[in-house]
Amino acid sequence: MSSALDITRAVHPPRAAFLDYPLGHTTGKPHEPALQREILWQALEAFTSLTEPGSVKMLPFTWSPDQAWQATAQRGPDDRRPRYDTPQYQTVEDRWRAETAKAVHADADRQVRSTADRPS
Amino acid sequence: MPVDYIPRIREKYTQAGYAPYQWVVNTDPPPWQPLRRPLAQCRLGLVASGGIYVTGQVAFHYKDDTSFRVIPTDVKTTDLRATHFAYDLTDARQDPNVVFPIDTLRSLVSAGVIGALATNAYTFMGGIYSARRVRTELAPRLTECLVAERVDAVLLVPV
Repeated sequence: MSSALDITRAVHPPRAAFLDYPLGHTTGKPHEPALQREILWQALEAFTSLTEPGSVKMLPFTWSPDQAWQATAQRGPDDRRPRYDTPQYQTVEDRWRAETAKAVHADADRQVRSTADRPS
Repeated sequence: MPVDYIPRIREKYTQAGYAPYQWVVNTDPPPWQPLRRPLAQCRLGLVASGGIYVTGQVAFHYKDDTSFRVIPTDVKTTDLRATHFAYDLTDARQDPNVVFPIDTLRSLVSAGVIGALATNAYTFMGGIYSARRVRTELAPRLTECLVAERVDAVLLVPV
């Protein structure tokens, strides 16, 4: 799949299906499963219909009739989040779950090691 | 007309004071393998770069994180999460299928369009500025996993 035609062409993969939607919507619009199925079905069809290596299938969907989102895409100030080097959880609960799971594994490791250290 | 992202991104980050990014440009003919059997008989793999993880897994960090997550393809959609520094996560968090089309693929399997999904899908956080590290660290490990899954084809979903 591709949402950025010029970047995909530079990468030059064996085959690609381009969807002209805003970044972050590579495979469709939220909560529109019928549209998502139609998009993916047409994209997967490219596995059979594209015969020239490096071809891109242009999918026939537009985000909106006027495509107004295109005017401001990747224009304006740098709106990326800071590049933190620690895990960035979506929720506090996720962090707790992940850290608990890690603690459980660490405990299991310690128990296994201490059993192994005992003289036989 | 599709957006020309490369010049816009160059402009945006030059203005922000960064040196121009060295985009990967592949001029050689790409490797090519036609599908060996109809899609309806294929096992399809899924690889997505939008920073998707399952609650309980360690989340991605944002500084050239070359790790990946293994997500069973029978995952509960409501257990999926998204984290990334370079795209608007609002819709991915509302409905992960917009960048990780798991329900869509499952329904296409039910409808007989695709033969089967691989046991696992693979996800990473694609904001990795070292193309070399992707090529030498991440891609070979993903390939190994996909070969072990015995997939006939892979759907790659970038963000």
